[in-house]
Amino acid sequence: MENRSLISISNLSKRFKVGNGEFLALKNINLSIAEGEFTGLVGPSGSGKTTLLNIIGSLDIPSDGTAEVLGKSISTLSHKQAAMLRNLNIGFIFQTYNLLPVYTVFENVEFALLLQKKTFAERKIAVMEALDWVGLTDKVKSKPSQLSGGECQRVAIARAMVKRPQIVLADEPSANLDAKNSHHIVQTMKRLNKELKTTFIFATHDEKVMQYLDRIISLKDGEIEKDEFVNHAKNE
Amino acid sequence: MVAFKLAFRNLFGAGLRTWLNVSVLSFAFVVIIFYNGYLDGWNKQAYIDTKDWEIGNGQLWHPTYDPYDHYSLQDAHAPVSGNIQKLISSDQLTPVLITQATIFPQGRMQNILLKGISPAQQIIKIPSKSLDTAGSIIPAVIGKRMAFAAKLKKGDNVLLRWRDKNGTFDAKEIQVVDVFSSNVSTIDNGNIWIPISQLQQMTGFENEATLFVVDKTYTAGNIDLWIYKDTHFLLKEIDDIIESKKAGSVLIYGLLLIIALLAIFDTQVLSIFRRQKEIGTYIALGMTRWKVIWIFTIEGSAHSILAILLGSLYGIPILGYLQIKGIPLPKTMDSYGITIGDRIFPSFSIGLILSTILLVVISATIVSYFPTRRISKLNPTDALKGKIS
Repeated sequence: MENRSLISISNLSKRFKVGNGEFLALKNINLSIAEGEFTGLVGPSGSGKTTLLNIIGSLDIPSDGTAEVLGKSISTLSHKQAAMLRNLNIGFIFQTYNLLPVYTVFENVEFALLLQKKTFAERKIAVMEALDWVGLTDKVKSKPSQLSGGECQRVAIARAMVKRPQIVLADEPSANLDAKNSHHIVQTMKRLNKELKTTFIFATHDEKVMQYLDRIISLKDGEIEKDEFVNHAKNE
Repeated sequence: MVAFKLAFRNLFGAGLRTWLNVSVLSFAFVVIIFYNGYLDGWNKQAYIDTKDWEIGNGQLWHPTYDPYDHYSLQDAHAPVSGNIQKLISSDQLTPVLITQATIFPQGRMQNILLKGISPAQQIIKIPSKSLDTAGSIIPAVIGKRMAFAAKLKKGDNVLLRWRDKNGTFDAKEIQVVDVFSSNVSTIDNGNIWIPISQLQQMTGFENEATLFVVDKTYTAGNIDLWIYKDTHFLLKEIDDIIESKKAGSVLIYGLLLIIALLAIFDTQVLSIFRRQKEIGTYIALGMTRWKVIWIFTIEGSAHSILAILLGSLYGIPILGYLQIKGIPLPKTMDSYGITIGDRIFPSFSIGLILSTILLVVISATIVSYFPTRRISKLNPTDALKGKIS
């Protein structure tokens, strides 16, 4: 049975003002991403990966064309609706982890659930489960400053996953990590993708990440250069 | 709740900067309470003293009487009617006759107000009982300021000159039988108190009075030609002085408060400038911009909560001590012509403390909110990159 489409983008362009002129970051993008995909937007710096990820994450809107995420048109969402979409359905993982430095590991992960107004008992179960997925149950009381880069990124994964979103957007998640940690966090995400059927979309140019992707969408100068599904069985 | 928790975490995390802001704000908080408590204490004391020593529970004035116009004093008297005599007999009021006179202490000439009062009265604290003497010389009581100014002391005689109802001058020696100490300068400076019956006889104003001081049981209001002046009217001068003092003190603590609020404002601007990535993260996690603004406003406003706690820590013992022991005043204050004691006992009412807490919290919230409005215009994708715009 074919998986249903979560993201549908057609004729999308994005322009930014630069001085008196304009910079075209994305040109006429058309793509569709289905439930449970482990997809990467790959390409060199400035190719438009992060811009596309931001639009999918409803942090930005297209200049032209449409982007529909979970049946909602990003361009027409109000600030409040967009916030609700992110809160309930989209998890973010950033290159620099973006953890709240004053909170403990537990509280950082819990934060996403606080916005959903869940009870403490519900939050505790969900947070411990998420920390168990990433193997950090022994660090619940640690502050981000007491963790290694790899551990911070695992906390960020737990924070993104704790609310069981349908989509997780990861922007260069391995850029600040060494090879061992890069493999570890991508393997963790791959496992979660398989177990929870969460759709992962990466913006990356890291080869270590690319080898785990099921689908690679190559971007160059704001255009899709190549869009291919990877047959891992064949590679092995 | 999340906002409060996050706000306090961030504040404690900011360390020294937070405590500097909080210290200045707490100082402003304590100073505001101190100044207002000091003036309220003075006001309270002045009210009590003025009532006890001068105005009782109000006065009945002759229609012509004006305490600020000594020229009209000559005509400001009338006979005591039967109605009033009954009230005097039941100790509900006591008559006072006032006339101008001159004394000649050590050969100098000094104009005074000669006031006749009943030696038996107990409505005001003037020691009129001392006037109840049997000698041929006129007994007089004066206040310590008058004694100092005229270089008179208990037992001294001084020549007194006055005019009777026909305008004829007469003179006689009076003897200072008592010198009283009162915080109310208006019954002391330039005032000599003698028995009213003798003053009535000396002036020819038999059975006449200028005003009556009434006690707590008096409820009749105006009576015959006498106009009732309540304590609110009679204490207006004190209210005006306190109001003007309060206005002056606002300048001092207002300046202090502004410095503290500027520090918070500055911290907020810096916070938003430095913590753009954090703001972007909040938005990415599903917060609306207004919720983020709320978090930052609460954080700035939380300075005031910490300031109140810190201010209470050192303010309660200091202000409590001053409230019990009082604040000594320089001797020169005595000659200012206003009702003021040797010490002022500040009065820190619940209303004063609550209104000061409100002032500090509201003003801190306002200055915290203004810089955060920038968040509503912040592009979340730029904020996530920590781009300074």
